[in-house]
Amino acid sequence: MTVPIIKLGSYLIVTFQNELTDDMAVEAQDKILNRIRETEAKGLLIDLSVIDVVDSFLGRVLNDTAMMARLMGTQTVVAGIQPAVAVTFMELGLKMKNISTVLDIEQGLDLLKSLE
Amino acid sequence: MSISISVDISTENDIVTARQKGRFLAKELGFSIVDQCRIATGISELARNIFLYAPTGKIIISSIVKNSRQGIAIVAEDNGPGISDIKLALLDGFSTSNGLGMGLPGCQRLMDEFEIKSELDIGTKIVIKKWLD
Repeated sequence: MTVPIIKLGSYLIVTFQNELTDDMAVEAQDKILNRIRETEAKGLLIDLSVIDVVDSFLGRVLNDTAMMARLMGTQTVVAGIQPAVAVTFMELGLKMKNISTVLDIEQGLDLLKSLE
Repeated sequence: MSISISVDISTENDIVTARQKGRFLAKELGFSIVDQCRIATGISELARNIFLYAPTGKIIISSIVKNSRQGIAIVAEDNGPGISDIKLALLDGFSTSNGLGMGLPGCQRLMDEFEIKSELDIGTKIVIKKWLD
């Protein structure tokens, strides 16, 4: 199983699935960066709406991916973090760096458009 | 009736299996969605530590009762190298694997009880517990 990356206009939309292993998360990171280069995407939208665990490893991969995308000139928006995941994320002591967050994909696309 | 589930940890997939089984039992016991998430995340951190450092061991998830209060206990056991400085390992931001260093201290914050025993070259045993309100 791999993480699907969909191109929509000048944006990339990535939906992380629940059974995401550490390997898959790192593989997704590589794939996303390559797709950004291939497609010259202006924005990256990561959809976490079905993810019910964000542990320290996935938290790090998200931050790293956003930082790497930013180095390449692409903004990252994370959409759909569940309430329980938000609570746990804070208690775990994780931080979001260089990432804008929105409620859902629709808001994410609006935000990316406004950033252009 | 008490339930106990054991998951052997030797691959990355086992980390996912352990946290899914933990969430399932937490849900069965009546834990809230937020607590289910805390428990699953705590298990994920402990299972990953086994995989990263031991690199094999097991996670045992059990239903527990104390003073007629229902709870869940997770035991993470390995025969790995052990932790040389537990105080340091429980410090936010300390990591020997280039990680974030949030795993153990974070896990401690997510749970109601946290116990750690570790002996060099013998192994590590961590017990975490969460009680129903």
